[in-house]
Amino acid sequence: MNEDLKQKNTRLIKKLMFVVLGMFGFGYALVPIYDVFCDITGLNGKTAEEAVQEGVYQVDVSRELTLEFVTSLNKKAPLKFSSEVKKMKLHPGKYYTVNFYAENLTDKKMLARAIPSVTPGLAAEFLKKTECFCFSEQEFKPLERKVMPVRFVIDPKIPERFKTVTLAYTFFDNTETSVKN
Amino acid sequence: MSANVAAHDDHHDHGPEKGIVRWIVTTNHKDIGTLYLAFALVMFFVGGTMALIIRSELFEPGMQFVDPQFFNSMTTMHALVMVFGAVMPAFVGLANWQIPMMIGAPDMALPRMNNMSFWMLVAGVLLLASTLFMEGGAPAGGWTLYPPLVLQTGDALPFAIFSVHLLGISSIMGAINVIATIFNMRAPGMTLMKMPLFVWTWLITAFLLIAIMPVFAGAVTMLLTDRFFDTSFFDAAGGGDPVLYQHIFWFFGHPEVYVMILPTFGVASTIIPVFARKPLFGYASMVYATAAIAFLSFIVWAHHMFTVGMPVAGELYFMYATMLIAVPTGVKIFNWTATMWKGAMTFETPMLFSIAFVVLFTMGGFTGLMMAVAPVDFQYHDTYFIVAHFHYTLVPASIFILMAAGYFWLPKWTGNMYNERIGKLHFWLSAISVNILFFPQHFLGLAGMPRRIPDYAVQFADWNMISSIGAFIYGFSQLLFVYIVIDTIRGGTGEKVTDEVWEDAKKHSLEWTLPSPPPYHSFTTPPEKIPTEHF
Repeated sequence: MNEDLKQKNTRLIKKLMFVVLGMFGFGYALVPIYDVFCDITGLNGKTAEEAVQEGVYQVDVSRELTLEFVTSLNKKAPLKFSSEVKKMKLHPGKYYTVNFYAENLTDKKMLARAIPSVTPGLAAEFLKKTECFCFSEQEFKPLERKVMPVRFVIDPKIPERFKTVTLAYTFFDNTETSVKN
Repeated sequence: MSANVAAHDDHHDHGPEKGIVRWIVTTNHKDIGTLYLAFALVMFFVGGTMALIIRSELFEPGMQFVDPQFFNSMTTMHALVMVFGAVMPAFVGLANWQIPMMIGAPDMALPRMNNMSFWMLVAGVLLLASTLFMEGGAPAGGWTLYPPLVLQTGDALPFAIFSVHLLGISSIMGAINVIATIFNMRAPGMTLMKMPLFVWTWLITAFLLIAIMPVFAGAVTMLLTDRFFDTSFFDAAGGGDPVLYQHIFWFFGHPEVYVMILPTFGVASTIIPVFARKPLFGYASMVYATAAIAFLSFIVWAHHMFTVGMPVAGELYFMYATMLIAVPTGVKIFNWTATMWKGAMTFETPMLFSIAFVVLFTMGGFTGLMMAVAPVDFQYHDTYFIVAHFHYTLVPASIFILMAAGYFWLPKWTGNMYNERIGKLHFWLSAISVNILFFPQHFLGLAGMPRRIPDYAVQFADWNMISSIGAFIYGFSQLLFVYIVIDTIRGGTGEKVTDEVWEDAKKHSLEWTLPSPPPYHSFTTPPEKIPTEHF
């Protein structure tokens, strides 16, 4: 193989390797891109991760929405987890408080984290929580039972097409992996 | 460059090394091509055996032969072995044999890397196969390796992931080699738009590979760190999202299916004109259609995940973008049909397989179009309908065309003619049984039978039984191909073939201007004239 061709090959390989490395990086870049994209568009039903200030809304008594609550456990986390009501009718703009109950079924300390999800996803931004157990990791003493109130309001700006909104919580047992250990 | 190439001492026409060492240390494109093809054929039977285990279990409702965990391992491993061990290496093998001969080059541009990428493939597949014997069994969560399910895999998980890394590196090296060969080694006068279509489709495939394999490597690395290093890319408890994996995976996965089908298109575009005795209809439109398909493949990935809860805007976008792919694909089907139109056609085995490909791939394409419609996809999703769809685009498409390529080029590679009667028998058995095997799966899927289950409701019993019967006929008739390959290498019918083997093949592509079999080192001086039939 002559030198000229070798050089051409080397130059081409370098360029192509650059593409390969770039695409490997792009795979990782998709992680933040995905988060940002969902943040902007509100596509994936994530609610705010921190409490919002309790603002004052005009209560819209003419509208009534159904809010459903789903409670579930990841990988059989040793908890008992339920909500005070399974569903409720509510008016946009009015504040409500619903109690959730969780009980540690083990005789050890447990650190657990609840992850909320709203369906339909685009309704998530109108569900504003001023108090929620999902904002931080919950610490359970052995066999402790907790009452955890969630205070929230549905923003009256929520589009007409949303009649039923589901708020789901999944509890994850983080005892082994939590940074608090 | 032309004059210097022949003068350099790399190009004394020394023969191959003797014995087994030849195959281990070889840097010759023909030897490496043979290694790839032989390896792919072996893996085709390994993956096929797994398929037959699946079809045996599904022959009747109820649990008969294997436990559900092993069944799930079989569906997962069948897919991984067929995709990464059989179809992709088979096309790399064809690329190795054919690209240098088709563009008038003495060898691949990077012969040592070529050897390394083959042996890395072997290492990767062995590593993958070893997971079958590990505590907790082989990966069983499907070839898509979705978390959180795949993270429950036993000891096998890191090995499966490293195996994906090795296979990825091997494919990337192969792809770089193909690009370098095509860009830098073409014979004088062979401009890009005068290259045979097989070379064109491989060039585009190679670019797909270097763009997507690193993304897949990244995705599985995230799985690895999620499992062992407490990252939370896909773990909701730590702020991650399992759906993110599906997006990254299918960003790789959708172009990956075109990695398997674009070279198929290339081979079909090579074979059909020879047996229709006409130039390929619409050469330039074929090139542009291939490029268009490759481009579109990057922007349609979420049609694999219509049911994850995307908003309507997302569903609509991915639905229309997906349907757009039917346009360039339709151009191709039209061109193949137009090539045959009023041609002086003969029906040797390679042509039979190619015609069957055009017909059956079209069917697979249409079911794909059905599933592109987001609202109806909710019914088809994860049922046997999708199983039928992608098997129609892979078995009677990619696999049939690989068989066609075998029959088409074996006489060139060996200098011997294969047994046409057994070849035709192989074709008819395959063509009929493949439909008995996969066509009923459409019905099963529409009736609601989910995929990846070892047991099913009794209402699905009849079609499953028929499908399994088809599977066994199809599987065992492939042994005829093995017989023919071995028989042809050892002398075949005894008839010595001419240089061009098929009538007027010389007009279509350069490899037919070489003797049959071609010398160990061919085109050490570039050809003077290149065929112009395809314009």
